[in-house]
Amino acid sequence: MAETSPGPVPSIPGAGQPPIPALPAGGGFCLARADRRVTLRRTWLDTFDWRLYRAGLTLEQVSRAGGGAAELRLTGRDGSLITAEPLPAGRGRTLPRWPLLIAGLPAGPLAEQLAGVIGARALLPVARATSVLAEQRALNGDDKTVARVTADQMSVTFPAAAALPPRLAVAPVRGYQAQAARLAAQLAALPGVSTGGPPPLESALAAAGRRAGDYSGRIDVDLDAGMPGQAAMAVVLTALLGTLEANVPGTIADTDTEFLHDLRVAVRRTRSALKLAGQVLPPGTRLRFAPEFKWLGDLTTLTRDLDVYLLGLPAMTAGLAGAPPADLDPFGEHLRRSRAQARRNLLRGLRSARFARLRGDWREVLSAAAQRPRRKPPVADLAAASIAAAHRKVLAGGAAITPDSPPEHLHDLRKRCKELRYALEIFASLHAPDAQWRAVKELKGLQDCLGEYQDTEVQRAELRAFAAQMMAQQSAPAATLLAMGEIAAGLARRERAARAQFDGLFAQFARPSGQARIQALTEQAGR
Amino acid sequence: MKIFATYNIKGGVGKTSTAVNLAYLAARDGYRVLLWDLDPQAAASFLFRVRPRVKGGGKALIRGTRPVDDAIKGTDFEGLDLLPADFTYRNLDLMLDSAKKPARRLASLLAPLRAEYDVVILDCPPSISLLSESVLHAADLLLVPLIPTTLSVRTLEQLTEFIDGFAGHKPRVLAFFSMIDRRKRLHQEIARDLPLQRPEFAATVIPALSVIERMSVERAPVAAFAPRTQAALRYRELWREARERARLPGPPGAA
Repeated sequence: MAETSPGPVPSIPGAGQPPIPALPAGGGFCLARADRRVTLRRTWLDTFDWRLYRAGLTLEQVSRAGGGAAELRLTGRDGSLITAEPLPAGRGRTLPRWPLLIAGLPAGPLAEQLAGVIGARALLPVARATSVLAEQRALNGDDKTVARVTADQMSVTFPAAAALPPRLAVAPVRGYQAQAARLAAQLAALPGVSTGGPPPLESALAAAGRRAGDYSGRIDVDLDAGMPGQAAMAVVLTALLGTLEANVPGTIADTDTEFLHDLRVAVRRTRSALKLAGQVLPPGTRLRFAPEFKWLGDLTTLTRDLDVYLLGLPAMTAGLAGAPPADLDPFGEHLRRSRAQARRNLLRGLRSARFARLRGDWREVLSAAAQRPRRKPPVADLAAASIAAAHRKVLAGGAAITPDSPPEHLHDLRKRCKELRYALEIFASLHAPDAQWRAVKELKGLQDCLGEYQDTEVQRAELRAFAAQMMAQQSAPAATLLAMGEIAAGLARRERAARAQFDGLFAQFARPSGQARIQALTEQAGR
Repeated sequence: MKIFATYNIKGGVGKTSTAVNLAYLAARDGYRVLLWDLDPQAAASFLFRVRPRVKGGGKALIRGTRPVDDAIKGTDFEGLDLLPADFTYRNLDLMLDSAKKPARRLASLLAPLRAEYDVVILDCPPSISLLSESVLHAADLLLVPLIPTTLSVRTLEQLTEFIDGFAGHKPRVLAFFSMIDRRKRLHQEIARDLPLQRPEFAATVIPALSVIERMSVERAPVAAFAPRTQAALRYRELWREARERARLPGPPGAA
């Protein structure tokens, strides 16, 4: 149709000028009078870990000032529209209250598209701004409209207040792309107008002092092989503390389940780092903090287990063969009640003086370790030793597994695998990315199998406990217990399947070429 | 996508004025509209300030060597695009004659635009030719402007007989009186009596009004530059009848 994708985007630095500068005489174009001016309220949405941004997508809620039409717009990084969903707005209607999980969005193509990207994460506002858009038609020598020129004067209101210089966009009318490009070039050549510039969301964030993608669940540090081990561990552990703390508000607000998950991963990584390489920290550090981080980890376990159950419930319900899905409603209700109870305990812990003290003391110790590091060992040696030690434990633990081994032995092996994985992740910046990727990939296969085995085994045991609790509370109709039995049978099948897979996967991991991959990493880190 | 065509064997009866105004009104209703100016005189292209030129000419379009959507131009009005005229269209008959299934050629050229447009309006040159036949085969509704004369009746009869002879798809016909001169008694009588005898006639008539002639000065549809005039009102009425006769569903996004 008449509007096509936006053309080059010049921006005019400096305020106080008319939004669209006058075009030079003799250039073959003139601007019609300003025929449209509109004020838009814009809210950009993403998950806490920027899943949309990382997938090259931008989601924006746009509404007209004064309660007019509102919509959610999903665009590509280049601004091309992928899909738009009108929102109920206007007098007496309210816009969505963010953050929202996927289930809170209006059903439709947009929600379907987003579901695959955001998963269990909530969409929350990452920036808000007000845009005053002034649009003028650009006419050629025949007085024919060849493009629409829009000046966007944007004021950011969140995460911090900031005003941006006006941005010009040239949208060619269909069939007039070449003339519109000439017009854009003329605009770009005007004094004070510069071409290019990042997309609006990135400009808004930059103006407010933030950066898109500034959080990820990964250990985002850049270690140098010659760095003292103590300083390197201080950097890694400080980054992990940052991740842990970043996830506390979302966990307390229960924005989505993944805040707690990321918090737990940060705690586990911290514990593994202390265990594998804590000896390089000042004496007594490991002894003092390991029990505190264990306490923090334990504090979060019950809520997370229940989260996992509730997240998996729709799939479990869908898999019922011998009972209608509604039979599991009382079980779902029991899980939600139990989770609410577990969360109360979790929140007490997260708001406690003990937790505040742990964070404060830990930061202080890490800061001191970073400032006055012992020179030896260098981080490369520390990495090589830690990875080699963790690798040996996995190989020994796996080799000791026999068909008669009790589940606990496999669960222990899973822990050793996690330690090796964390060691690889902590020191990842010392390794060549492709070698790191290959080492992690094979380990991940083994971890997935052990995870499936333990999760199904634990869930089956928990299911029995839930059934007993529900019986005791007289909240378990017979139909629900039967359906739960069917789920338990399904879990047992998955548990057996995972157990049957283990031998092959471990043999693959322990074969000489697999071992060589890990050894290559340790040698590389040691160089 | 519904295809409308303004058609009459005679020239100067108001085909282009009708096509341009109806296209504008359809776009204003929220439909995605394409107007194809098939007349080498290029009056519709002129009214929308679009240069009457198609790269490769009519031959490239008819042969399919250049996709139709390459030649489409946006007008100054949102939702309304134009496929401009080209002087080579004067030979469209010859070009069609050398194409396979010439009578179906226009329909097959428009088929790929089905997802992009809700309404296509074909503004045809005055003739009865292979091009007309191709237009008649493609159209869902023929809009036939008639000046109220005795000969008009004959023209309409010839047209409906011709269409009746089609196998398969047949366009509906909506005839209407155009350029009625209120001072002429014959115009008044025919405009009053004929619709009673023939169901193809619209209730709306378009009078001869100077504001319609001003379109060539303003280079815009009457409904855009003089929306409160009698002429604009009549075109709105005619569009409503055409939409109903063609059974055009509501515009996309309408509640």
